[in-house]
Amino acid sequence: MKTQFSRRSALAKLGGALAGVLTLSVARKAKAVVQKVFVSTTAPNGYDPTKHKWLMCIDDNKCIGCGLCVEACKRENGVPEGPYFRTWIERYIIPKPKPGSDQTRGEALVDSPNGGMHGFPEPPLPKDQIEHAFFVPKLCNLCENPPCVQACPVGATFRAPDGAVLIDPKYCIGCAFCVQACPYGSRFLSPVTKTAEKCTLCYHRITRGLKPACVEICPAEARIFGDLKNLPAADPLQKFYEKNRVQVLKPHLGTEPRVLYAGLDKEVR
Amino acid sequence: MTGEVTNIVVEALPQFEGYVFPNEASFHPVWSTLIVIYPYITGLVAGAFIMASLVRVFNVKALEPVYRLSMLTALAFLLCATLPLLCHLGHPERCYEIMTTPHMTSPMAIFGFVYAWYLMAVLLLELWFDYRQDFVKWSKTTSGFRGIIYRALTLGVTDVSEQSVRLDMKMEWILSIVGIPSAFLLHGYVGFIFGSIKANPWWGNVLMPIMFILSAIVSGIALCVFNYIVLTWIRRKTVDMRCLDTMAMFLFYALVVDAVVEGLDVVHRGYAAEEGFAVLQTMIREKLFYTLNIGQVGIGTLLPLLMLGSLQILRRRVPELVRRRMIFCSGAMILLGVLAMRWNVVMGGQFFSKSLRGVMSYKMEFAGQEGWLISAVIMCLPFIILTVLVKLFLSERLPTSGHVPQTSSTTQA
Repeated sequence: MKTQFSRRSALAKLGGALAGVLTLSVARKAKAVVQKVFVSTTAPNGYDPTKHKWLMCIDDNKCIGCGLCVEACKRENGVPEGPYFRTWIERYIIPKPKPGSDQTRGEALVDSPNGGMHGFPEPPLPKDQIEHAFFVPKLCNLCENPPCVQACPVGATFRAPDGAVLIDPKYCIGCAFCVQACPYGSRFLSPVTKTAEKCTLCYHRITRGLKPACVEICPAEARIFGDLKNLPAADPLQKFYEKNRVQVLKPHLGTEPRVLYAGLDKEVR
Repeated sequence: MTGEVTNIVVEALPQFEGYVFPNEASFHPVWSTLIVIYPYITGLVAGAFIMASLVRVFNVKALEPVYRLSMLTALAFLLCATLPLLCHLGHPERCYEIMTTPHMTSPMAIFGFVYAWYLMAVLLLELWFDYRQDFVKWSKTTSGFRGIIYRALTLGVTDVSEQSVRLDMKMEWILSIVGIPSAFLLHGYVGFIFGSIKANPWWGNVLMPIMFILSAIVSGIALCVFNYIVLTWIRRKTVDMRCLDTMAMFLFYALVVDAVVEGLDVVHRGYAAEEGFAVLQTMIREKLFYTLNIGQVGIGTLLPLLMLGSLQILRRRVPELVRRRMIFCSGAMILLGVLAMRWNVVMGGQFFSKSLRGVMSYKMEFAGQEGWLISAVIMCLPFIILTVLVKLFLSERLPTSGHVPQTSSTTQA
């Protein structure tokens, strides 16, 4: 068969190419629309995640271990009964070294009975044998490089532009790969929905101008929360990170958490 | 480590020692027996295929009698490879999302594609090219349902001229060559699922994919040995000792390489002794003592190494019957050992807390989604499929056309 160059075929090809280019941009727009319609978050209509950047800070010297934040979180988010927590409190008891030993401190004792929801029992050691004792509130570390998002096979969990790491419960297949990938133990597979769940920073609240339930209820103001893109001058968050040297959990994993701690001890992982 | 484990979780359930994160304190690990047999099955597929490739690509003529059996073994197991994954999902009805909207940074998302590629483009095609000539012949001599099956499987291509048969064999050879890296991909990728989890010091390890590939080859060859001996025993045929000895030789060398790499992993972990080493030591000494030291190392590696190694040295001096039994026992022990290795990897990674301060115990359930019954059923399924495949495609009543290998150079064992 001979190939012929004709005006008609050239025009057809040109038209085809143009249609291709046009579809590409249309496809891109369609994808954006699909994302907007189908990615379900609990944010109200009109909330623009690109105009916010959330940050959670924890002043560890202030936590009194009352457990109200854990209870508030469970109630606010309908977290199932049992070993399922979006936030919890750990208690660290560091005993004095044994007399005559060359150690600076004894082996740390850590506990978190029922996530610390109902407070903590008497310490297992007499007071005079304890060198340090402190509480550490834990939650999703809002990583800049979240291993859980990287691992999700279907993209059901994602990092919103405002810094929150969220899960689309209608899309999660419940494979638990993200639970394995999270270095902080912040995720669990809900026995009710059979999907992965985690702290959302109370996304339904913060997108309506409220604070997360745990921050709202903390009587010691150990949890400080704010929006870096809309920060008033005298905001406690600003004061916190100006005043303190901060630390993150498991920095060697390169996850770059956006939950900053002041006053952590080396025992805390 | 004893000091480390003196931490306490007040009100904790008895299966925990030390401190575990509250979310980890559930009754059973999130991945249990189903995820243990998943890499086991895919490993057997990859191994059986590589065993078959020895015949086609490397022209090991002595293994010709087991070529088709190993290919059918690979197919039977591959057909069941996705079942454990599907069964363990919280929402199995959404599984199609892995194919329709794969998240490309996730190692798990690629599985659908690797699997489809391997099943469709490699295994089924290679089998079809291998069998086409026979299908044409059988469809003429067999009647009834079987005849219909053979006729359908020719896919209408009934040309058996010398030229077309030569094309078949050429295609088969090319597919075998493509198949070897594909088999490595299939199982190396399974290793990567675990090796890529940096949150878990037991898993996050660059050697993981390599260990998975090597143990897959070992287990695949062992399975072919097992199937071959069982099949000849059922059919009351005599075992082709040249073939069996060659399989034993390859099994031995593969096992040596596998043992060396797994040893290297242990040495590296011990030498680097990074954060969490103490808790890993407890695992080896206590939680995984039986499955690791006795199952994986003793029964799965050292004993077969000893038996197969002595056969390499004393081959001709050992009577045939003893040789056959020794090879059969080593194959069976290796199959158990590799299963133990999968257990140690998958469950071992969940027996300690990511706080590195505590360990969990696990009591297998019988029934339910996480019970071992369903895993046992899934493990039996490939053998049932294989029986059907063997009845259909390795029937004694049907004559097969002798195959002429592609290249003239021969590697004889």
